[in-house]
Amino acid sequence: MAHVAQSGAGTAPAILDEVKPAVLPRAVLVSNNRSFSWITEKICGIIEGRTPAWWWVAFCVALFVASFTVAGITYLVATGVGVWGHANPVNWAWDIVNFVFWIGIGHAGTLISAILCLLRQKWRTSINRAAEAMTIFAVVCAGIFPVFHVGRVWFAWYLFPIPTANGVWQNFRSPLEWDVFAVSTYGTVSVLFWYVGLIPDLAVLRDRFTVAGNRVKAFLYGLFAMGWRGSNRHWSNYEMAYLILAGVSTPLVLSVHTIVSFDFAVSLIPGWHTTIFPPYFVAGAIFSGFGMVLTLMLPLRSIYKLEDLITQYHIDCMCKITLATGTMVGYAYAMEFFIAWYGSNPYEGFTFINRAFGPYAWAYWIMITCNVITPQFFWFKKVRQNTTLVWVLSIFVNVGMWFERFVIIVTSLARDFLPSSWGYYSPSIVEIFTFFGTFGVFSVLFLLFIRFLPVMPMAELKAVTPQADPHANHEEFTGHGDPVVERGHA
Amino acid sequence: MAAQPHGLIATFENVSDLMHAAEKVRDAGYKFWDCITPFPVHGLDRAMGVKRSHVPRFSLAGGITGFCTGMSMIWFMNAFDYPLVVGGKPYFSPMFAFPVSYELTILFTAFATIGGMFIMNRLPMHYHPVLKYDKIHRGLDDLFFIVIESRDPRFNSAGTKSLLEKIGGKEITELEA
Repeated sequence: MAHVAQSGAGTAPAILDEVKPAVLPRAVLVSNNRSFSWITEKICGIIEGRTPAWWWVAFCVALFVASFTVAGITYLVATGVGVWGHANPVNWAWDIVNFVFWIGIGHAGTLISAILCLLRQKWRTSINRAAEAMTIFAVVCAGIFPVFHVGRVWFAWYLFPIPTANGVWQNFRSPLEWDVFAVSTYGTVSVLFWYVGLIPDLAVLRDRFTVAGNRVKAFLYGLFAMGWRGSNRHWSNYEMAYLILAGVSTPLVLSVHTIVSFDFAVSLIPGWHTTIFPPYFVAGAIFSGFGMVLTLMLPLRSIYKLEDLITQYHIDCMCKITLATGTMVGYAYAMEFFIAWYGSNPYEGFTFINRAFGPYAWAYWIMITCNVITPQFFWFKKVRQNTTLVWVLSIFVNVGMWFERFVIIVTSLARDFLPSSWGYYSPSIVEIFTFFGTFGVFSVLFLLFIRFLPVMPMAELKAVTPQADPHANHEEFTGHGDPVVERGHA
Repeated sequence: MAAQPHGLIATFENVSDLMHAAEKVRDAGYKFWDCITPFPVHGLDRAMGVKRSHVPRFSLAGGITGFCTGMSMIWFMNAFDYPLVVGGKPYFSPMFAFPVSYELTILFTAFATIGGMFIMNRLPMHYHPVLKYDKIHRGLDDLFFIVIESRDPRFNSAGTKSLLEKIGGKEITELEA
């Protein structure tokens, strides 16, 4: 481009005058030009209004479903871990499948709250609160499985380095011990991050309940609002703290699923012992998490009429991330096959052919259909604009990612080195009940969240509206481009 | 004896009015004053003359503590206090100690950051004169306030009030201490 004349140092190339670059309007993040108080009323109205009938119905159904987990776990504790269907050679099965599945779902919440925060993707604001809640509840569901798989659950605290009379310490050479630290750190930091985000909104609720004269609620919300008063000197420290939390959560979320993948990759089982696992697991986790975010947010949007806050632009963004990560997962599947062939290891080669055509081929092809083919529909604008279809596709993503973990874990163990130690695993009814019930546990927690806490961060939403831009009222200001066109650029 | 008021509070209706007013209060040389906003206003720190936050210092200290805790804990447990041979691996190596130390770095950084934020903000503080203002709930909703405290050496009821009026503040009210 040496022939493009420069009109002077530090100014735009002269060619820009000739070609007249098109003005690309930024997507509006809060549509219909809503005011600050409209946002407050809308979000607080969900909490302050009467409990809707559908909520009670959903809550009772969720409690009933959750009771399956309680029943399954009670039976396991009373009887022994043998009530689950795994036995030689498949000693890890649904327990670890479900654990990885739920942890993976949580990852989209951290991606939205942390990575998109660092990348200054302002569309995250309307979905980050609910997505972070999803993360925390998903970690709760994930934790159930390894904790009860240890067998004598009353000794589960042996996983943590607490001094005991027998004097033996944990073995830090084991990826399973790394996992204990990774997952417990992840759960803790997710709760902290979520809570810090909640503080200004809890203060809003405290003040609103004080004005309404509801002293009990004003006290309870006020207790957790820590005396927040919207001081700009506080906001300054708060924003810095939030940025740092986003900064540490980003490597955290990548490391957690990397360490989860080490549970497999550090072993010697063919199909597990691969270096592609960490990036492949992280992409899959974000893929499944965005599937779950869509599954949760689309009904929430239509029930509470949040179309002005979760716009078509938001849905487009989520669909595109699902498409991108789903395509990465598809690439990883292909690459696994390629390396199995290229690496010339007969066991590795057999494992992959066995996955696609062996006794668990049905699971493999469900996985391929749901994870590789389903997201490709998101290339089409018509599909992304059809909310019902997007929701249905998001369910396929959830199902597909569960099967991915099943395929990786069970097929590799069922057909390892020696044909004499081959087997076929099927889950027991107790396992099925326990897993089914975790959807109830998750739903109970999520329903409580949308009833008692603001589902969207009000302060952050206000900050991305056009009227939050201090220069919006001054037409002469053109420092960052046209303030009218650059809506949402606070 | 009439108690000294906490200060004066003035209302502003939009961000740009607040921004210009904040610049003028800053230029008038006040030190103990604040803006109350429902959301973090981009650029208000500079308009107020607020310096860069010190929270990162806490974070750095937390992170270093976390990493050292992880490494020394694993060395102490697996190589010093109760060494056990597992799989012929060394008793201690920074390689296998890294994932846990890394997680502890993040954990301690997060706690230090939040603790640092609370310390720097002097929170929790459930009772504050500003919170007694009967329209304070609007300051977390859609209005903006400037509070000038009476402990500021430049504060005097009449002069400060006329400054707030001049910069466009409405409903200037005395806050009881």
